[in-house]
Amino acid sequence: MMGGFAFDVAHTLAGLLVLASLTMLYQNRLVALINVLAAQSVILSASVAWQAHLQDAPDLFITAAIALGFKAVFIPWALRRIVVRLGLHREIETVVGIGPTMLAGMGLIALSMEVMLPVTSQVDPVARQDIALALSVVLIGLLVMVTRRNAVSQVVGFLSIDNGISLAATGARGMPLVVEISVAFSVLVAFIVIGIFLFRIRERFDTVDSGALDAFRGDRR
Amino acid sequence: MPAVPSHPTLLAELVLLAIAALLATGLAGAVRARARDGRVLVYGACLVLCVLLALAGLAALAVPPTGLSLPLFLPWVGARFRLDPLAGFFLFVVNLGGAAASLYALGYGRHTAEPERVLPFYPVFLAAMNLVLVAADAFGFLFAWELMSVASWALVLAHHHEPRTRRAGVLYLLMATLSGLTLLLGFGLLAGPAGDYSFAAMRAAHPSGWIAALALMLVLFGAGAKAGLVPLHVWLPEAHPAAPSHVSALMSGVMTKVAVYAFVRVAFDLLGAPPWWSAVVVLALGGGTAVLGVLYALMESDLKRLLAYSTVENIGIIFLGLGLAMAFRADGDAIGAALALTAALLHVFNHALFKSLLFMGAGAVQTATGTRDLNRLGGLIHRMRVTSFVFLIGCAAISGLPPLNGFVSEWLIFQAILLHPDLPQWGFKVMLPADGALLALAAALAAACFVKAFGIAFLGRPRSDAAAAAREVDGFSRAAMAGLAALCLLAGIFPGVVIDALAPVAHLLLGTRLPAQLAVPWVSVVPVAAARSSYNGLLIFLFVAAASGITVAAIHRFASHALRRAPAWDCGFPNADPITQYTADSFAQPIRRVFAASLFGAHEDVTVPPPGDTAPARIVKTIRDPIWDWGYAPVAEWVERTSLTLNRLQFLTIRRYLGFVFAALVVLLLALALWQ
Repeated sequence: MMGGFAFDVAHTLAGLLVLASLTMLYQNRLVALINVLAAQSVILSASVAWQAHLQDAPDLFITAAIALGFKAVFIPWALRRIVVRLGLHREIETVVGIGPTMLAGMGLIALSMEVMLPVTSQVDPVARQDIALALSVVLIGLLVMVTRRNAVSQVVGFLSIDNGISLAATGARGMPLVVEISVAFSVLVAFIVIGIFLFRIRERFDTVDSGALDAFRGDRR
Repeated sequence: MPAVPSHPTLLAELVLLAIAALLATGLAGAVRARARDGRVLVYGACLVLCVLLALAGLAALAVPPTGLSLPLFLPWVGARFRLDPLAGFFLFVVNLGGAAASLYALGYGRHTAEPERVLPFYPVFLAAMNLVLVAADAFGFLFAWELMSVASWALVLAHHHEPRTRRAGVLYLLMATLSGLTLLLGFGLLAGPAGDYSFAAMRAAHPSGWIAALALMLVLFGAGAKAGLVPLHVWLPEAHPAAPSHVSALMSGVMTKVAVYAFVRVAFDLLGAPPWWSAVVVLALGGGTAVLGVLYALMESDLKRLLAYSTVENIGIIFLGLGLAMAFRADGDAIGAALALTAALLHVFNHALFKSLLFMGAGAVQTATGTRDLNRLGGLIHRMRVTSFVFLIGCAAISGLPPLNGFVSEWLIFQAILLHPDLPQWGFKVMLPADGALLALAAALAAACFVKAFGIAFLGRPRSDAAAAAREVDGFSRAAMAGLAALCLLAGIFPGVVIDALAPVAHLLLGTRLPAQLAVPWVSVVPVAAARSSYNGLLIFLFVAAASGITVAAIHRFASHALRRAPAWDCGFPNADPITQYTADSFAQPIRRVFAASLFGAHEDVTVPPPGDTAPARIVKTIRDPIWDWGYAPVAEWVERTSLTLNRLQFLTIRRYLGFVFAALVVLLLALALWQ
């Protein structure tokens, strides 16, 4: 049913997604990080559209459009605006150095392959690869969230996790459109909440380093 | 076997209806707690329902087991109930105690400061205990068990203003949780991999030796924690006395029996044949509990705490009997097992009677004097004639004096021990003679303990103004206590009736029974064979009555009629102050010196001021509880240290929390990857 070409394209797109995630790990400028997120979202959108074509499911085109509209255009634009409006320090403060983080990211990819490929041996090969790669995108997104101090880069990590989830969801057949749309909207809502939150933090503490919140709570780091 | 009634589940339905009515009474108690008729309404309804349930329990002894399934609790599974002779016997015991406590509370409940803290929970407590007895699946059983724990916990906290009560409440809740948990695990093992939690399925499944032993130990832990087996007893002497006295009577006299029921149900009914050494464990725990419980009781000078510790002792005796039955069953001697089981269950019945009676007496004393400290009581026999008389009967019964009921059950347990001093397993060779000695020691110490309790509280002269101004309690309380005392006497004179009533239980659990005692002429009790031993309560009663009657008559006939009142103990004591009398502590001193110096680290410090100093001499008594010091305190310390360490987790940065989530995810995935 599935030609070699179709599989190759799907595989390539998913691989590009992971590549974008890895790219996030070594960005040391906020705007560049946001650009990578936008690029990743574009790749996601393309991947979803390819899935829509393969599965002959027109509703997936809507998902692709949402991904393109919201995640590739609107949210990066808004994030850039936040960075500019808040006059943020453009450099990213990482907790762990770039090198170890990259190594950890590669380890995570290997881990998710190792876990997912044996489990999903019954599924068709496209979905199988997609799920394994999607898990690594999710894990790397978490890694981004954990290793960055700046709240904006944590938001970026969060959105990249969502990209991974979308990839897994569209790879599996029969995900209803309603779920897709509601996931997209929940991400948007989360983004708005976090955005407002950032402004408020900034107003209060003059920084968006989330460590300031802890300092305010009276903690030591 | 009598004829099966036309509607076989009628009895079980009746019991469940009565339990539902008890629950409804709890609701009524919540609504009308503050109303003037609330107390009469609740306790009156409980009295009627308990009498009904007790009669149903009696009837269940005579009819074949009936099961019933209702669409309650879990959907698709439903709740299963079963009424068999074992449940029937315990229904009778529980509701007899419940009825007596309710009758007592009709009068005693007047002194409750906050009735809204007692009235809603009291009927629920009764209902839950009944529900435990009729449940026929683990879910219903555990639900009822926890309901029983929670309701009794609420009752313990009725006097929540005292810090000591609150502490007892926390301790009780902890132990109840632990007991529920172990029972849950035990039933889980019994249910097996198929996970059928109905008792019928557990009965049919025969788990292998180790599983059976583990399940039995878990249930022994769970039921023992509720019943008060040493070393799981620590909550009992704190919680039982803290409750209002009618509730104390229920908790000590009845709830501990529900725990015994749980153990009997599992050990003799659900579990096929546990390994023989599990009987050794039960025997050792039983013997140790009996002696330690009564030693604790001897050290105690708070009347209700003393009674609570004595409950621990009696639970030990009951478990000793059950252990004997398990040992004989493991050895293939069905008659011996039936004898030991009957003796243990007879003691269950007896202890429910006299412990309820004694707690009610303690409640009466507390109502009359406002204190339960023995060292502040005394001379109550002149002011509380009825209470002191029935309390004396209770004391004699619990001390195991013939012709009262306590003697019969302890005698039967001795008979069971003497029946087989030569079981082949080495564990029994050591344990049976040791248990015989422990039981004898416990019985003797119990007698000393209750001589102290009665003598200090009721005899002598009042040691405080409150004791001097005591007044007899109300009619309901006296009626309840007198009824229980009469039952103690009757069960002691005609033990054959009770033993025969227990025959269906033994037959159900062991497939055999003791010979019918009512067939023996002159109401004698012959457990095995007339050549070995027999006991005739009636004869002893008549002898005791005649001997004391003749003595009294002779004294009144031949002694001087000139009554002369003179100062007592006037030789060398011109100032006969009441505090020069023996106190509870001084009474216990010899035994304390013999046993407690090493066991409890009892220590007396005497400070005598130098000549010329007018300061009073002092004697300070210190007693440590080794089980608390070495068993519980380290655990508590460890838990506190660990939770303090873990508490730091509450104050991490957002990033660290995310890090934890991330690490947990990665570790789980790694485990998955490696496991594959």
